[in-house]
Amino acid sequence: MPERAVAGTQAPGVAARMRAAPMADAWGSLLRHKPALLGALVLVAIAMMALFSPWIAPFDPAQHFLGEARRAPLTWLESSNRFALLGTDHLGRDLLSRIVYASRVTLIVSFAAVVISGFIGVVVGVAAGYLGRWVDVICMRLVDIFLAFPFELLALSIVAVTGPSLTVVVVVMALRVWVVYARVVRGATLSVKEKDFVQAAVALGASERRVVLVHVLPNVLTPAIVIATLYVGRLILIESALSFLGIGVPPPTPTWGGILGDGRSYIDTAWWIAFFPGLAIMFTVLSVNLLGDWVRDYLDPRIQT
Amino acid sequence: MLRYIAGRCLQALVVLCGITAICFAILHLTGDPAALMLPESAVQEDYDEIRSRMGFDRPLVEQFAQYMANAARLDFGTSYLQHRPAMAIVLDRLPATFELAVVAFIMALIIALPVGILSATHRNTPVDYAAMSTALVGQSMPNFWLGLVLILIFSLGLDLLPTSGRVAFGIEPRAVTGFYFFEGLFRLDWVLFSDALKHILLPAMTAGLYSSARLTRLVRSSMLDVLSEDYVRTARAKGLSEWVVVNVHALKNASIPLVTMAGIELGLLLGGTVVTETVFAWPGIGLLTIQALQSDDFPVIQAAVFLLAFIFVFVNLVVDVMYAWLDPRIRYA
Repeated sequence: MPERAVAGTQAPGVAARMRAAPMADAWGSLLRHKPALLGALVLVAIAMMALFSPWIAPFDPAQHFLGEARRAPLTWLESSNRFALLGTDHLGRDLLSRIVYASRVTLIVSFAAVVISGFIGVVVGVAAGYLGRWVDVICMRLVDIFLAFPFELLALSIVAVTGPSLTVVVVVMALRVWVVYARVVRGATLSVKEKDFVQAAVALGASERRVVLVHVLPNVLTPAIVIATLYVGRLILIESALSFLGIGVPPPTPTWGGILGDGRSYIDTAWWIAFFPGLAIMFTVLSVNLLGDWVRDYLDPRIQT
Repeated sequence: MLRYIAGRCLQALVVLCGITAICFAILHLTGDPAALMLPESAVQEDYDEIRSRMGFDRPLVEQFAQYMANAARLDFGTSYLQHRPAMAIVLDRLPATFELAVVAFIMALIIALPVGILSATHRNTPVDYAAMSTALVGQSMPNFWLGLVLILIFSLGLDLLPTSGRVAFGIEPRAVTGFYFFEGLFRLDWVLFSDALKHILLPAMTAGLYSSARLTRLVRSSMLDVLSEDYVRTARAKGLSEWVVVNVHALKNASIPLVTMAGIELGLLLGGTVVTETVFAWPGIGLLTIQALQSDDFPVIQAAVFLLAFIFVFVNLVVDVMYAWLDPRIRYA
């Protein structure tokens, strides 16, 4: 278990180091770590792309020209007077513009899912670890149950009932990840609970609420943050898979997985429709993973996921 | 040991009950399960009939008890599309999914073991960097995209391998069971085996992508852990060849965490082939479920979810028991 993260507040460990000059130290470490820096730069670029899609996308992603469907990359389209850098899709929409706009859904959904599942996971994990006994037993059995579900099929069966929507996608993804937080945070809570400063607070008569909020919670957040950065990439892959299967955010909203799924039917005549969104997914996830590995090494290399 | 196994079985049973309860909850998510069970063409009489037959007009607690009892008998209702018990339809597709997952798993191990060991023994050399970078890219790649790229290269470009299906037309009757690849292998039916192999190669690579990347990293880190142990130094000191030291002494001790992780990966693979089956039109449970979703065949979806969750729990149980057998300390923990 992440002993070091937990011990951080007492020993001159990670937390102390961060308190001394938190931003400067992290920044220096990131600058020294080239792959993570590259990942961070790519992520900033993608975030910009999502934020300023209307200014970056060369054309309207929804405007279709049926006469110019499935044109190859780097073609000049005569009738609509466009230059299709990445070609057009099966409805003649500009592929590059669609990929640029699709970054929005992916980022929003993945971050929302990471934050919501993090909140649930931390609450459950702290409750299970701190209260122990039957609360612990119930919480951990619940974790086992959710871990046993084949995720894609669980998503399918929920979407079959509710129909696809952005909210459902976020909820389904949060259902997949909260268990990971819960397990790690529970372990961290168990070991922080035994620390002297927590025992001292209890002995001094601090209320249970105060002990949990002031003494336990801040010390289990480090592993939660590490899980969050390591799982954003996984969540982006999951979101893409759901969209690819047609159970993600529904059209006409462009999503990387959705464009790829559309392109699947034209793989023999127009490979680019499926190829480029896949590249976008891969570069995004790779950047997140490079950055995530660094965050873990920086905050607490012992955390296993 | 028996006590340990009994305890784990009980735990698995609790998890299964929980899974069933969640399946029940999903069914009642919109508050009107009868509507989900019916095709769009249904009329009011059908609606009333299914409400009374499935007991949706009774109190929720009673319905839950009934649902649990049905689930224990693997009864998830009748597919209205095929008019057969939903579970029977799902079980028909199990061999396809099982075969895909197991071959993907074997391929993942074939890649992960040598690459991971090589990476560990050549730590911080170009070999290690190349292997770990590849693993990282593998973990970042959407597998459905890899599947399409593989089709693009090997099927459409080079025309070496088929794009979809399990065996070529006309080969199917050669197999008695639903396991084409394994039946061809064990009955030494070359025609069946080679054709099934050709068909399963790309899907298995696609399904096993994530597992092979993760297992490679795990093999490397487990090997690094044991390579610095005293007994490895002793083995070297008494003059054993490096090959024996690494592949016998070190690997044996590194394999304990590997067995657990590999077991979990196999469980995940069995439940995680939906995307791959969609890409390659592989007629397994995943494809069946996608088709059931498109036609709102709800009983089939429920049966599929339950069956694969059941298999996952079972595989994990076996892994836990194996783990306890390999490492006696676990039993007394």
